[in-house]
Amino acid sequence: MSAPVARIREPLIEGHKSYHDITEDLVGPTEQAPNMMWMIAFIISVTLLGFGIFALCWTFYFGIGAWNLNRTIGWGYDITNFVWWIGIGHAGTLISAILLLFRQRWRTGVNRAAEAMTIFAVMCAGLFPATHTGRPWFDFFMFPYPNTRGPLWVNFNSPLLWDLFAISTYFTISLLFWYTGLVPDFATVRDRAKGIRKKIYSFIAMGWTGKAKHWQRWEYLSLILAGIATPLVLSVHTIVSFDFATSVIPGWHTTIFPPYFVAGAIFSGFAMVQTLMIITRKCLKLEQYITISHIESMNKVILVTGTMVGSAYLIELFISWYSGYVYEQFAFLNRAAGPYYWSYIGMMGCNLLAPQVFWSKKIRRSVWWTFFMSIFVNIGMWFERFVIIATTLAKDYLPSSWSYYWPTWVEIGIYVGTFGLFFTLYLIFARVAPVVAIAEVKSILKQYGDQYLGPNATEAASHSDEHTHAAH
Amino acid sequence: MAAKYKDVLFGLYNDETLLMSAIKTANAKHLDIMDVYTPFPVHGLDPLLGLEESRLHIVGFIFGALGTLTALCGISFIFGGSLLFEGDWPTIFGGKPYWSLPAFIPITFELTVLFCGIGMTVVFYIICGMGFGVNNPILDDRITDDKFCIAFQTNDMSEDDVDGLKGFFDETGAEEVHSKQI
Repeated sequence: MSAPVARIREPLIEGHKSYHDITEDLVGPTEQAPNMMWMIAFIISVTLLGFGIFALCWTFYFGIGAWNLNRTIGWGYDITNFVWWIGIGHAGTLISAILLLFRQRWRTGVNRAAEAMTIFAVMCAGLFPATHTGRPWFDFFMFPYPNTRGPLWVNFNSPLLWDLFAISTYFTISLLFWYTGLVPDFATVRDRAKGIRKKIYSFIAMGWTGKAKHWQRWEYLSLILAGIATPLVLSVHTIVSFDFATSVIPGWHTTIFPPYFVAGAIFSGFAMVQTLMIITRKCLKLEQYITISHIESMNKVILVTGTMVGSAYLIELFISWYSGYVYEQFAFLNRAAGPYYWSYIGMMGCNLLAPQVFWSKKIRRSVWWTFFMSIFVNIGMWFERFVIIATTLAKDYLPSSWSYYWPTWVEIGIYVGTFGLFFTLYLIFARVAPVVAIAEVKSILKQYGDQYLGPNATEAASHSDEHTHAAH
Repeated sequence: MAAKYKDVLFGLYNDETLLMSAIKTANAKHLDIMDVYTPFPVHGLDPLLGLEESRLHIVGFIFGALGTLTALCGISFIFGGSLLFEGDWPTIFGGKPYWSLPAFIPITFELTVLFCGIGMTVVFYIICGMGFGVNNPILDDRITDDKFCIAFQTNDMSEDDVDGLKGFFDETGAEEVHSKQI
């Protein structure tokens, strides 16, 4: 049978759940009418989304001049937000893929919601490159196909094009991974549903029956998708960092960018997972499935990646000084002490200093601390991208072109709109699909349920013959 | 000749340990299990049922290789520099040869992953007989909840054999035994 669990591990499912309890608890929220809190949250999200759409239409109607970009600062809020969202979109696949390969069982409690979050965050991210030219109807130019424009091909040597490939691949693979995981759970919902709901869930459950052979293939598929998604997730943010690193702008042209972006992405992604999961577990009463132990594990990841990002900041500073290259030295001096010093403080404070509180076990296990820290990290990571993009462009080689950038209401509106999009989709997801992977939680119950593991254990986790007879 | 409808006799168990020991008993009695249905992947089931290792990873490899090949051929078609293609729009970037591999590694990698992922997933659904709107027969609604099911096909069986199977279910601790035509 399954590998024995070290006694030191904490239970991941509390409340002496049976298989049926798990189904009830996790399918339950999709079967009830939405409560007041959900309705209010939904209305707010849709309003924000509406405002975002309005701001986008404004951009398309009046052109990109509605933004505060200028010839010196060609990238501002748009690419900052793009990188921020795509970073957030990394935790989902990290949790589902890398933790699956590492056999970290706590992933089962949070992987479903984290993957959903990934998909929605990538959608928000994709919006910016698609619209930042101001002419999204020409977006098909990005795709390489033999065309009537020359024939002219896209620039295959450009990281911007690699980005298109990377992000669309990432989105597709994440979607397949997420949906394949959802199918057995949709079948569970289907088999409990009546009437029109049954019809809908039958359609999306794709005829899942739970055959032994299908489970075997399903596990294979999950494992191999995880195997290919792991390098994929690393490649995506590496390529995003190439957008900057392959340019010749001081402060961007650094080899540390790929690992530092990937660590930052995991860092911000986990922070967003924490923000969402803490709200979700409270609202849907899932405290027994997303336990303090889950939160602590994620806080450890935040601590590690936050420290990695922090050391990257310091190494960057050191290298710019050590390089003896005045433009590079100026770029970093300008970041820390230039007109955008406040965003540098925000970045350092929220990313390097703030997560250090997680060295304390008490704080790691505190829901309130975690919630506030996760918000801090999200703010810090946004500042990081802003620092990299805006401060660097504002003062580059030519002092006569130096400029200052501040967004217009249109740019802020689009950013706010992506929050609307993100939360609207997440709220719909939390209504229609089980936010915790039912089948996967059931598969770890006999090892990690608190009746088998930990101080409240009443039954032996290993499957003995007595256990079989005791059931009668 | 295979019957159009299958008569199925199935037993529902409450626990995977019971299911496993029942399958062991069935194997010892040389009973021909049609299928086993579970609410989640039960490890250790495959060898008991004599299921071979899935070959899905081979599918993944083939599609992945196809992706690599697509990327490399596409690049060769555009930039030339290979025996097969003379190049549709050869361009020099940074004094590199037309066909300079390092710049195309990211796209080649992404296409490999994309082809592998899509190909494997589609093949998975096809070989499992699944797809949007497909309604495969369901023996019992609780199989996706908390019941573990062993099913026997009884089309060509005599009354005695069917009774024997019922005896087997009783003996191995099945909670419920039903028959159904699917």
